[in-house]
Amino acid sequence: MKKKAVLVTAVLLGATAAFAQGKRVEVFSWWSGDEGPALAALVKLYKQKYPSTEFVNATVAGGAGTNAKAVLKTRMLGGDPPDSFQVHAGQELIGTWVVANRMEDLSSLYKSEGWLSKFPKDLIPLLSSKGGIWSVPVNVHRSNVMWYVPANLKKWGVSAPKSIAELLTACNTLKAKGLAAPISVGDASFPQQHLWESIALGTLGRAGWADLFSGKLKFTDPKAVAIWTNFGKVLDCTNKDAGSLTWQQATDRVVKGQSAFNIMGDWAAGYMATTLKLKPGTDFGWSAAPGTSGTFLFLADSFGLPKGVKNKTEVTNWLKLLGSKEGQDAFNPLKGSIAARTDSDLSKYNAYSQSAARDWRRDAIAGSLVHGAVANETFMSGFNGIVAQFSQSRNAQAAAQAMQALATQAKLGQ
Amino acid sequence: MARATLPRKSSTPRRRNFSADRAWSLVVLAPSVVMLAIFVYGFIARSGYLSLTDWGNDPVQALSLNPVIKFTGFDNYANLFTGFLETRFRQDLVSTLFFTVFFIAACLGLGLGLAMLLDRNPRGEGLWRTIFLFPMSLSFIVTGTIWRWMLQPSGGVNALFGLDPNNNAWLTSSSTIWSFDFNKLPLATAFVVGLVLLVVAWRAWTSGDRTRTWTAVICAALLFLWALTFGNRVQITPAPEPHGFNLAFIGIVVAAVWQMSGYTMALYLAGLRGIPDELREAARVDGAGEWGVYRHVIFPLLSPITLSAMIILGHISLKIFDLVYAMTGLNNLYTEVPALYLYITAFQGNQFAKGAAIGMVLLVLVAAVIVPYLASQFRRSDRA
Repeated sequence: MKKKAVLVTAVLLGATAAFAQGKRVEVFSWWSGDEGPALAALVKLYKQKYPSTEFVNATVAGGAGTNAKAVLKTRMLGGDPPDSFQVHAGQELIGTWVVANRMEDLSSLYKSEGWLSKFPKDLIPLLSSKGGIWSVPVNVHRSNVMWYVPANLKKWGVSAPKSIAELLTACNTLKAKGLAAPISVGDASFPQQHLWESIALGTLGRAGWADLFSGKLKFTDPKAVAIWTNFGKVLDCTNKDAGSLTWQQATDRVVKGQSAFNIMGDWAAGYMATTLKLKPGTDFGWSAAPGTSGTFLFLADSFGLPKGVKNKTEVTNWLKLLGSKEGQDAFNPLKGSIAARTDSDLSKYNAYSQSAARDWRRDAIAGSLVHGAVANETFMSGFNGIVAQFSQSRNAQAAAQAMQALATQAKLGQ
Repeated sequence: MARATLPRKSSTPRRRNFSADRAWSLVVLAPSVVMLAIFVYGFIARSGYLSLTDWGNDPVQALSLNPVIKFTGFDNYANLFTGFLETRFRQDLVSTLFFTVFFIAACLGLGLGLAMLLDRNPRGEGLWRTIFLFPMSLSFIVTGTIWRWMLQPSGGVNALFGLDPNNNAWLTSSSTIWSFDFNKLPLATAFVVGLVLLVVAWRAWTSGDRTRTWTAVICAALLFLWALTFGNRVQITPAPEPHGFNLAFIGIVVAAVWQMSGYTMALYLAGLRGIPDELREAARVDGAGEWGVYRHVIFPLLSPITLSAMIILGHISLKIFDLVYAMTGLNNLYTEVPALYLYITAFQGNQFAKGAAIGMVLLVLVAAVIVPYLASQFRRSDRA
């Protein structure tokens, strides 16, 4: 009898252990609120394909992932990594987690899934380092977009500026007509840095921008100092209450006709089309930020595979889904972004996204600094401070020197 | 704390120390003592150690599984106070000192004023007390969110009173006043300390303590000599560095005072109620006017309360984080405080050692406020 009881207990214990360790995948992201439904669509698809796997949604709410990143670091340092986590594609992942030897190389997955030909050629180098490809981008946003209301521009008699010089001329014209702040910008949390990066790309061009982050062009080079000079001139055209506005409120200024232009990523299109119910193309218009047409300053949310996860097959299944046409087309129309793949079904997207997707396939691609594509977190965090300091001191030379010192400290381009 | 020393003074013999009561109290206390030792003092020690290393200064090592952490001594501190890139930290430090001064002064002034009004037993006193004390029941996050709305340039207070948003930028002003060069700080400190020493010397002279007088005078003279010769040439930072009071802090001070002045009022009210009427009567009989009673009788009796309030408000303001985070967010240099910069450095920039160093600086600042107070309290309770 006793033996039997022991046996039964052992079997039961084994079964529960197997069940507890059973197939599950824990996915860590900061997609909540407006972005929640897009994630839900992906999860639904995953459950259809792999019904026996338990999906654990570990979302940490908070704009742009500030809170989530802090939680993620605590978990990783504490030895409790999630199976897969959201991270901005590029150096934010590579400079933080890949250099720390915490991620698996996904090159073989790219080959077996045939993704190398499905993503734009310019994109792959931005996701790679040390001969590996480190994450699967599920969506793409464009950073260098300028928004305006066509009817207002017509009323004021200006057209969308093509270069930074034209932008400054338009600014003066509009100021003379009594518009105090022709360009609107939000607070220092990221909108002001966002404006900086479009001005920088417009000042240097794509090649110069890439050289800046590979270390070929010094931040103290006169060409790079010119970014700050331009940025200062553009700041003179912006609203004084910037410090207290979110990016949505800065967009509102354009919609209400208090400002003519706003440079913001294309989530602004989602905000205007979905939340404000405006019609893309007629109620609001867009063009590439001045001086940047032909370049797509990209940022992408992506997922990687941390080393040492227990459910490797399940996580790989998740990554395969993220990179698939089906997954990207389920996610992106709801998120308001476009697919990173070049073969997505454009009929599912609105007018703005269709135009962005066309540019994605055609334009040269450069990585966004503010959203993690070209520099590691140490650099980004210091960069935030330098932009804020510049808006106080307006000293272009000092800002350029600080950038160079920061690049050295953060080992940029090494 | 006074209770703990009582049994020894009582007539019961020492052997009874190991009574069941005492054993029981030890058992009950032990877990929290152990937890405190580990989770407060242990972690302080660990942060202190980390602040002397280079963890995170190299991005490659920051988040590795087994990071190579080198001991670098006081490099992080030296960098914070003199480094080219750390202007931001020094501005935060200056900002937090300005904030502390205005916050404490306003809370004390307003708290005392309200307490004096309520002390005259107005109608509905209980209601008023509740109204003034109510903000304290909110968290700083809630206060911050409310005041962020109220102080918006084109809404809230400005809209209510028809103020021009351009001239009333409560939280968004980018102007600075009382700017000074950070390099002049040692010089200014030397002068202030010298003056204090002279005052000490004067006091010692009037009370007839010759040795003390001469020590103080000599120290002061040496300090002034240093200030006028070498002190003039001190260069802490690579370039002249203006720091001052950012006007955007006005909004934060308003919100913080709104939150905490009711608490100071309660402290003062308790103090005022504790002053016996006989004292006031006696002063009046001696011919003191209303103001004289306050000046010569009530204010001196309230000074211990002022001290306690200053300590409590002081440490709150030095380590303030949530209020500023809710009102102006991250990376807003006009209203940044060291605690926010710590968070940014450690959790956004992955520079853990530097973050720990900032934390230790904050700890020292708070300790400078708290420790003398605690010491005086212990001494007082020992005497009791």
